[in-house]
Amino acid sequence: MRPALSADVRSCERTAEGIEAELRLSVPSDVVFVEEAVDLVARHLETSFVDRRTIRFNVRVALTEALANAILYGNAQDATKGVSVRVLFGRHTAQIEVTDEGGGFDYRIVPDPVLPFARMRPRGRGLFLIRKLVDEVRFNATGNSICMILRRD
Amino acid sequence: MTFSVRKEPNSVVVVAVDGQLIVGNRQELKQKILDSLDAGDRKFLIDFTRTGYIDSSGLGVLVSLSKKIRDQGGDLRLAGLNEDLKTLFELTKLDTLFAISDGTAEALAAF
Repeated sequence: MRPALSADVRSCERTAEGIEAELRLSVPSDVVFVEEAVDLVARHLETSFVDRRTIRFNVRVALTEALANAILYGNAQDATKGVSVRVLFGRHTAQIEVTDEGGGFDYRIVPDPVLPFARMRPRGRGLFLIRKLVDEVRFNATGNSICMILRRD
Repeated sequence: MTFSVRKEPNSVVVVAVDGQLIVGNRQELKQKILDSLDAGDRKFLIDFTRTGYIDSSGLGVLVSLSKKIRDQGGDLRLAGLNEDLKTLFELTKLDTLFAISDGTAEALAAF
């Protein structure tokens, strides 16, 4: 049986952005861990973030996409590489950062999956969905780290 | 997360998705339906009544299965999507590709 994932969670002094805690989690490069990792992060966020429905659905889907991209494409399922998840959160904000050990990709040239000729393709909807489900998406310069941001009043 | 398969009297194979349909289990669903297609079944209903969420890999498998089933002269229908799941299909415009019914009874009657 594979070992259970565990998150390191620490409270911090409330920042100007409303961040009150930090969660860190390492995920092996195997998609069998995705659901457990998503559930672990979502359960922590649900105890704090005001909009539980967004955590229950939008965050679960968006984080699943980010982890799948990191494992399948970023790390190419290389068992020697890992994916790190860092979440800064409070009652009114959540910043979910997913970083792989790959060389990154150019997030500016992702084809639009809803164009009529693209709809029958089985792939290419992940980043599109992330952008629709969270308030803001940022990448680092290398393109191997995505940060998904939620804000609620 | 599990997939349960049953066959209705009108030869419709109903696959219920209990939990998530995501990157970690999408191949299992695909294989179950392809095996059934190989065995001669042509009418398929996927029931999402007890589904939490679906990711783009899950959507991709549905697109791929839809094409394979249609190529064999079959029919794939979806039912039981809650509001959040419907939104996923609408955002990706996949609501234009699939026959989607509110409930399984309505979907079964449409074959």
